[in-house]
Amino acid sequence: MSEDLNTDRHLTIARSMAEAIEQQMESDPNVFVMGEDIAALGGVYGNTRGLLEKFGPERIRNTPISETAFIGATVGAAQDGMRPIVELMFVDFIGVCFDAIYNNGAKNNYFSGGQINVPMVLMTAVGGGYSDAGQHSQCLYSTFAHMPGMKVVSPSNAYDAKGLMNAAIRDDNPVIYMFHKGLQGMGWLGTEPGATVATPEDSYTIEIGKAKVVREGTDVTIVGLAMGVHDALKAADKLATTGVSAEVVDLRSLVPLDRETVIESVAKTGRLIVVDEDYNSYGVSGEIIATVTEHDISKLKASPRRVTYPDIPIPFSRHFEQFCMPNADKIVDAYQSMVKGAAVSV
Amino acid sequence: MKPSKSTLLWMYETMETSRRFEEIIAKIYFEGKTPAFNMTNGPIPGEMHLSNGQEPVAVGVCAHLAKGDVVTATHRSHHQAIAKGVDLNRMAAEIFGKETGLSGGRGGHMHLFDANVNFGCSGIIAQGMGPACGAALSRKLRNQAGVAVSFIGEGAANQGAFHESLNLAALWKLPVVFVIEDNGWGVSVSKESSTSVERNSVRAAGYGMPGHFVEDNDPIAIYEAAGETIARAREGKGPSLIEIETYRLAGHFMGDAEGYRPEGEKDALFAKDPIPQMSKLLLDEGHADEAAIAELQATAQRRVDEAIAFARESEYAPEEEALTSVFA
Repeated sequence: MSEDLNTDRHLTIARSMAEAIEQQMESDPNVFVMGEDIAALGGVYGNTRGLLEKFGPERIRNTPISETAFIGATVGAAQDGMRPIVELMFVDFIGVCFDAIYNNGAKNNYFSGGQINVPMVLMTAVGGGYSDAGQHSQCLYSTFAHMPGMKVVSPSNAYDAKGLMNAAIRDDNPVIYMFHKGLQGMGWLGTEPGATVATPEDSYTIEIGKAKVVREGTDVTIVGLAMGVHDALKAADKLATTGVSAEVVDLRSLVPLDRETVIESVAKTGRLIVVDEDYNSYGVSGEIIATVTEHDISKLKASPRRVTYPDIPIPFSRHFEQFCMPNADKIVDAYQSMVKGAAVSV
Repeated sequence: MKPSKSTLLWMYETMETSRRFEEIIAKIYFEGKTPAFNMTNGPIPGEMHLSNGQEPVAVGVCAHLAKGDVVTATHRSHHQAIAKGVDLNRMAAEIFGKETGLSGGRGGHMHLFDANVNFGCSGIIAQGMGPACGAALSRKLRNQAGVAVSFIGEGAANQGAFHESLNLAALWKLPVVFVIEDNGWGVSVSKESSTSVERNSVRAAGYGMPGHFVEDNDPIAIYEAAGETIARAREGKGPSLIEIETYRLAGHFMGDAEGYRPEGEKDALFAKDPIPQMSKLLLDEGHADEAAIAELQATAQRRVDEAIAFARESEYAPEEEALTSVFA
């Protein structure tokens, strides 16, 4: 469980996900993977690369483009005692298979009074920034986090990606594992170099539901997940040049949500900015801000701010999309407007 | 019902327009993306799914459609958009993300909408089928002329929406035709390894509608099958399914290394390229001479060049425009 970073092995998130799956499949014959293009191709994002060669087509199963059926089948196999992993190529495709997830997988433990567990992992690609338009760029974090019965994680770097994947496979509940395309290490999508980090070969887990303070500071807490963490770290660098000390919290998990770490950080800094690439309203940012204000509003020296995606379908045109995306400059602006006490437009 | 000479010439010119459009899009797509391929960059960022090779399907079907008929299409739809009469200049500008584009840059290449000719496409497999049923229902309820055609790929025939839409269309006897462009590949997965039947056209029987199969990407046979089924729909006799064996001469998207293709497959497909085959047919059957063919090619090229120039010269909309058009 300790973070042994004494390794020179720098992995991409894609490689670290594949390694975690490989190690779990070696030790547990009940683990198998299904999804579109995951076998010979190794997954569109490389999450299963090399696994077909090692485990064969029975355990690394290409599926038809039939999400309703194969994600339903994932729920059924999990309930029957296996630990399936399924890839939904883009989270945007959830529309045709959501019933299996939120009405079956997420509820059957409860409906059965705990007789039936659903130990499945749904790994799915999220995020935009590369002009893939409104059906291939969404995050939809809060859509999953909102509905009870699913754990939800989203790593910002390869070390966490491996530990969270291991934890997700071992978990007796459905875990929605949301990997951000811009962090995968796939050059053809563009990639954030900060996501490729030292990652031990030995298997380890990161507890689901634990956030991490990835940069300590005293003047403002910036909370984010996945790509938002990298935006926050860049903003913290910029703020540091003006003498502002920003603390950055990587949520890592949305369900369970580590409210304590956020509350503790804000208690120290007195200011809160939440970064979220998901739509602004009814989302992660609102939940984090509500958590802090409900707990003890007197800890806040200023109204909290959010840097989020506006409530519009994601546009194709690059300059439209970039105009809408959260970024480090917007976080710095949010801080400056916050300390001036400027009103937030509604 | 054989196509008339003027229809044949239109089919050929439209196939040439589509192919030439794709060829120049392919070239421009790589601007800014070399030496390192990153789809974020260049004047046309994002994914790009080219229709090279699938032109016979578009022209064979759309030859029977009027402006008022409805088409729903897929992520790979440039050929269908062109054959349906979508404004080529505005379509090109949309693919570049410009203000003059069909939707001002909001949709991009996977979301081309032209209400003037009742054309729309979507990036989610099979999800145009329900809306096609709805358009057909709307015409039927209002006693208005018009049919709907839903183009899908063979991968979509394994979606729930395919089966539900076929049942609904047959149950309500809707004026809709479902057209499967079977190019053999769903991204990297072959039809054989994803589909429980050899021919998707047999699935029509399970829903009580005629199923047609057209082999080898033959534009004339496609024209005939489409003519029969669309006429049937117009006469109020209900829906049909057409499965067309076609060929994807490009990758799933640009940048696809296509390592999953068996060796020699691409060469064999290029040898059956439908464009030179169509010009040969026109020559052999005496519908056109070399000069007429050259003129059709020149017309196609001129339209494409104009559209690309229009797109290049157009401006991007002011960025805050991104926030508009969410609601009516």
